[in-house]
Formats: sequence, C-alpha cells, structure tokens
Amino acid sequence: MGPVLAGVLQLLALIAALALAYVPLGTYMARVYSADRHWRVERWIYKGIGADPDTEMRWPAYLRGVLAFSAVSVLFLYLLQRLQGVLPLSLGFKSIDPDQAFNTAASFVTNTNWQSYYGEQAMGHVVQTAGLAVQNFVSAAVGMAVAVALVRGFARSRTGELGNFWSDMVRGVTRILLPGAFVAAIVLVACGAIQNFSGIHEVGQFFGGSQQWNGGAVASQEAIKELGTNGGGYFNANSAHPFENPTPFTNLFEIFLLLVIPFALTRTFGVMVGSVKQGYAILATMATIWVGFVGLMMWTEFAHHGPALQLAGGAMEGKEVRFGVGSSSIFAVSTTLTSTGAVDSFHSSFTGLGGGITLLGMMLGEIAPGGTGSGLYGMLIMAIIAVFIAGLMVGRTPEYLGKKIGTREIKLAACYILVTPALVLVFTAFAMALPTPAHSMTNSGAHGFSEILYAYTSAANNNGSAFAGLNADTQWFNSTLGLAMIFGRFLPMVFVLALAGSLGEQKPVPETAGTLRTEKPLFTGLLVGAILIITGLTYFPALALGPLAEGLAS
Amino acid sequence: MNNSVVNTGRLLGAGLRALLVLTLLTGVLYPLAVTGVAQALFNNKANGSEIKLDGKVVGSSLIGQQHYGLDYFQPRPANGLGENTVNTQYKLILSGATNRSADNPQLVTWVKQAKAKVVAENSTADYKVRPSQVPADAVTSSGSGLDPDISPAYAELQVHRVAERNHLSVARVEKLVEDHTQGRTLGFIGEPRVNVLELNIALRELAKGR
Repeated sequence: MGPVLAGVLQLLALIAALALAYVPLGTYMARVYSADRHWRVERWIYKGIGADPDTEMRWPAYLRGVLAFSAVSVLFLYLLQRLQGVLPLSLGFKSIDPDQAFNTAASFVTNTNWQSYYGEQAMGHVVQTAGLAVQNFVSAAVGMAVAVALVRGFARSRTGELGNFWSDMVRGVTRILLPGAFVAAIVLVACGAIQNFSGIHEVGQFFGGSQQWNGGAVASQEAIKELGTNGGGYFNANSAHPFENPTPFTNLFEIFLLLVIPFALTRTFGVMVGSVKQGYAILATMATIWVGFVGLMMWTEFAHHGPALQLAGGAMEGKEVRFGVGSSSIFAVSTTLTSTGAVDSFHSSFTGLGGGITLLGMMLGEIAPGGTGSGLYGMLIMAIIAVFIAGLMVGRTPEYLGKKIGTREIKLAACYILVTPALVLVFTAFAMALPTPAHSMTNSGAHGFSEILYAYTSAANNNGSAFAGLNADTQWFNSTLGLAMIFGRFLPMVFVLALAGSLGEQKPVPETAGTLRTEKPLFTGLLVGAILIITGLTYFPALALGPLAEGLAS
Repeated sequence: MNNSVVNTGRLLGAGLRALLVLTLLTGVLYPLAVTGVAQALFNNKANGSEIKLDGKVVGSSLIGQQHYGLDYFQPRPANGLGENTVNTQYKLILSGATNRSADNPQLVTWVKQAKAKVVAENSTADYKVRPSQVPADAVTSSGSGLDPDISPAYAELQVHRVAERNHLSVARVEKLVEDHTQGRTLGFIGEPRVNVLELNIALRELAKGR
C-alpha cells in the first residue's frame, strides 16, 4: 500500500469513528444542558461557588459570569507563574517574567494555548497541572456554555432567559470533559504517553553517559488538550513529542479527540432547537470544508513543492516517521480548523501552499468544526449572515430557525465577524511597520511575513499553533499577542450573548412557503460559499503577500 | 455606584471560588487519579518505556538518541533540538523542529550536506549508494528532534556499512532490519518504521555473539 492510499484510509477511518460518536455524544450533550437534576458532586461545587444553579440569567448576567470567571482565571494563572519560584513541586524552575506570564495566562484562559515558552525548561508540576491543565478544562467548558446559551436563544421564545452560566460551565466539566478526558488519558498511557511525577531525572544512554528527562502528568494533560481543543503542549514539540503522541494510533486518536465535540455539538444544537435536520445542515457545512481542506493539504504535501523538499525527495522536514505525510496532513488541517493548535508536525516547514492552508483554516474563523463551543457559535453567526444574504437576494426579511434576523441581529453578527480580521490585520500591519518585531523572524521574504501573519491569526482566532520560527518571547509579541487573544475571545462572546438575548425575546415567526429552508443542501452550499467569500475578501491581500507568494514561487 | 462595586466584588468572589473548586477537581484529583491507574496498570509505559541492556537503562524506546558511532544505524538529523537556557542547573534537551521553510536557503544547505554525508558514509568498497536512493527522512529533521524511528528504506541503505564494520554478513543484518521493521498499525495507520535504539541493541547482541 502506498502512503497516499494509507492517508486516505486513515481519513475514512476517522470519519467513520466521528460518525459513530455523533448521535450518542451529541444527544447526550443536549441532555446534559437540559437536565433538571444536579449530581451530588455538582451540588458541592455550587455550594463552594455560592451560586444557585437554578437561577435563570438574562444575557448581561450570563456575560458577567463569563467575564468574571475568566478575569479571575487570568489573574490566578498569572500569579501562579509569577510565584513559581517559591512554590513547591516546581522542580527549581524560576518564576516566569511578567510579559510572558501575561501572555501565557491570556493564552490558556482564552482556549488559545499559544506558547512563547519551552514547556520542558520553564514550567514545573504546579503550573502545568494545577494551572495550565485546569484552564484546558474550564476554557473549553466556557466556550460550550456560550454556545449553549446561543442555542437556547434560538430554541426559546418570549423570554430573555438563557440558562445559568455556573451550571452550564460546571456540567461541561463534570459530565462531558472530565469523564472523556479520563478515558482518553488512560488510552494514551496504554500506548506509551507518560504519566508520573518523577520530575527531572537522569536516564542512561546507549553510548554511555545520560540524558535528562522531564517526567510529569503528560497523558492527563494531553487528553484534555485535544478534547477541549486547547493545544498547549507539555513539551515544546507538542504532539510531535513521542511522550505526548507515541504511536500512529495515538496520532489518529488525538485527531479524533479534537474533532469529536465540535462536530457532535451540531447534533446537540439540532436536538435543542427541535430539528436534528438543522444540525445536519450545519454539520454538512463543517464537514465539507474540513474534508476539502484535508484533500488539498494531502495533495500539496505529497507533491512536496519547494526547493528544500524537492531536494530531500519528500515533505518530511518537521514531520515524524511514525506519522508520515498523510497523517500529519490530517492533523494539521484538523488542528487549524478547530481552535486546537496542537501540532504533530511543524507547519512552518510545510510546503508554501500547505502552510497557507493552515493559515486559511484559522482565518475562516475556526468554524469547520471549530473549537469546543466556539465552533458552533461561530458557524451559527455565519449561518445568520448567509440567511441575510439570501434574504437580500429575494427581498424578504431574513429568518433563521423561526427567528427574524432584523437590524439588531445583523448588526451583532456583523460586529462578530469584524473583530478577528481587524485584530489580525491591524496588529500584523503594526508589527511589519515597526523596526524591531521583524527581528524575530527565522525565515526571510514571504515566509517571514507569513510567520507574523500566522502569529496574529492564531492568537486572534484562539488557535495557538505557530509558524514557530518566530521568536515570540519578546515584550512586543507577548503583549500584543496576549491582547489579540483576549479581545479575539471575549468581544465575540459579548456579541454572541447579546444576540442570544435578542433572539430569545422574539416570538417565533410561523414558517411559510417563502421561508428559506435552512435544513436543505442548498443552504449548506450557500453557507459554504458565504464563508469562503467573506474570508477570501477579507484576507486575500495578506495571503497573497505570504503563503501564495511562497507557494507560487516554488 | 457603590452597589455596582459590591456586586462586581461578589461576582469576582464567586468566580474565584469556582476556579478554586474546579482546580481541586481537574488540577489535583484528576491527574492523581490518572497517575494512579497509569502507574498500576501500565507502569513501564507511564514512566517512559525505558529499555535495559545488561541490566542498565540505555534509553527509551520512544526517544531517539543522537551520536551513535558509524558501527551502528544512524538516526534522522535533529537540527531543531536545543539545550535549555533558562534553568541552567539542568542539562535538558529541548524538543523541537527547525521551523525552516521549504524555500529557506539554510535548509537547502542542510539537506544537501546531509545527503552527501549519507551517500559517503554508506558507500562501501562493493556497494555504492546513489543520491536518488536516499529517502527523505534521512536528510530532514523531525518535528520533535527526538524521532525514535527511521524509514525501512533508510535502514536498508545502512545495511552494507553496518555489516562491514561489524564483520557480519549483509544477509544477517538485512534480516535484523526486517525483524525490526514495524508495518502500519492495522495495515493502514501511520507509516512503516524501524526503531533505531531497539535495532542497535539487537545489533550489539548479534555482533557480540558472532
């Protein structure tokens, strides 16, 4: 069997596994967010928080919960890193500098997991396990909570009530992420991922002498890093490191983990709005883009254009032998079309066009299938835009799921889609215009520009992967990328929750013969087109200067 | 005014308590539970899949090592590996890739040099390696810099040199490589590979018992 066929079969196996999980997981999650009863452990947690989980919140209250919890999380994680030098179990690692600590705190709380530090020489047990890994859980749960609030806005009528933030967030952790991560972590250990607290220790080598290794709670962090679409590696090499991703099977398993919740949430959406077909239409949109991108990526990586790769005879620079080109291509597309940003191979050394595909994946807004929660709400915003465009064509007031898309709704949706491009392009322009940021580039020319464009795209879209040649541990990059992550995460959430509130207050519009059927393939086609056109118009000039220039030159 | 300050304070307090409770659950209990199960059921794997030779640990089957002498099979280049600069009380290896782009002149030079080296080192008196024979993994650095594997093609290319230097027959070394070649998992997952450390351990045993 050739590597191309093996790559295609791996893609098919992945699709089959995701299809098997879709209905049970999606339906289960809908039940999680609709159940009246609380688990005993959840009651203890609510008691600890001092919140009543049954109080319904309107959108401003829901938003205040999101922002308060996230603000406290940033501060806590910042202090944990600043105090690392005096904390126990820190392996003698020093406190992290203020700019890097801010960047890392912003990064993990926003579900981005951009890393300007080297995990193995900077972070001890306490920061990794009680700081970073905790945010892997809760940042994902916050994303899912906001998505569910938006879905309730569609599902409910004549009420501004969107549910209870504390209950939604806690249930996301206790009923979805924690059980899933536990099982996944054990599977990873069974395949060779490490899980110990032996700290830094000497290990003998074949040729005498010894090397020093970091021990740590790697598998437990790896599991939630993928399942929560976080992506921050325990080690610098992330999921290319054999202790994080030891075998070809774990590689495919990790891709499955990072896709399974975002895809299944479309089912959750379908169940909660009372029409699973609506969920299928959204799923079809996500899947079309994802499969299309994987196909393009495999094509360009197997063709290995570019002088160095042509000379080498294959695109193996930055890739592991056990994964090969096919599996690495699937990983790269899946991690940038979700908000994961974990990498099993290094995107900077991909072909020019391959690197461009990872960039474009993030620029779509990470909605195919996107992050845990953020993918669904991002896609629903695009659906509103698509419905609006269709409405303009036929001169009707647009409706989606029985709700009128009026002036207020379309304003909020438009604000949502303007936030990240503005952050990406403005910050990139400043970084290119100022004299010093460019010193951080490893590669020159078009690829050097791509490194900086990639960094801000990754940060503002909360992805976290990098064209890692960029030395991002400077005050400029730590600060501006940190701000891009925070604004890129929370401003869109403001618009989503405001939108959810105004949708929930409406009374449903009865379906008529003139209503656009949003559960049909025609709508899926319209939606895919709207996404590609809007993203293309926004980013084409920037892409032309970077990956397109590099790809066309080779 | 005062009221909103009090309310904000209350909300932040709730956020802090939520974070602390969830930290206990997901940052303490969860990793400890996973560690407990992992250490009980998969002790060797949870501790890094260490391999012993003559009673001494010689590394991990998962972590590639550099600096094998030419008597042994060579791993992939690792130009992306670094050394720790932050906490110099340790001598840690920093995993990583080169991050050089496909059109980077330095990468082109690295690949050229690696190719010439592979050809020169593996050509023996009666076996000449052609540049076109050299597989991509032999001249490129991996993502982690710790890739424990090489492709079967790269292992086969080294057979003549290794056989000659260890005074073994080519057929026996070929057989050794074949025995240590792992195919794709279930026939389609990943790529075929040869674990360099395991292969070299077997080679040492073979050469010893010659």
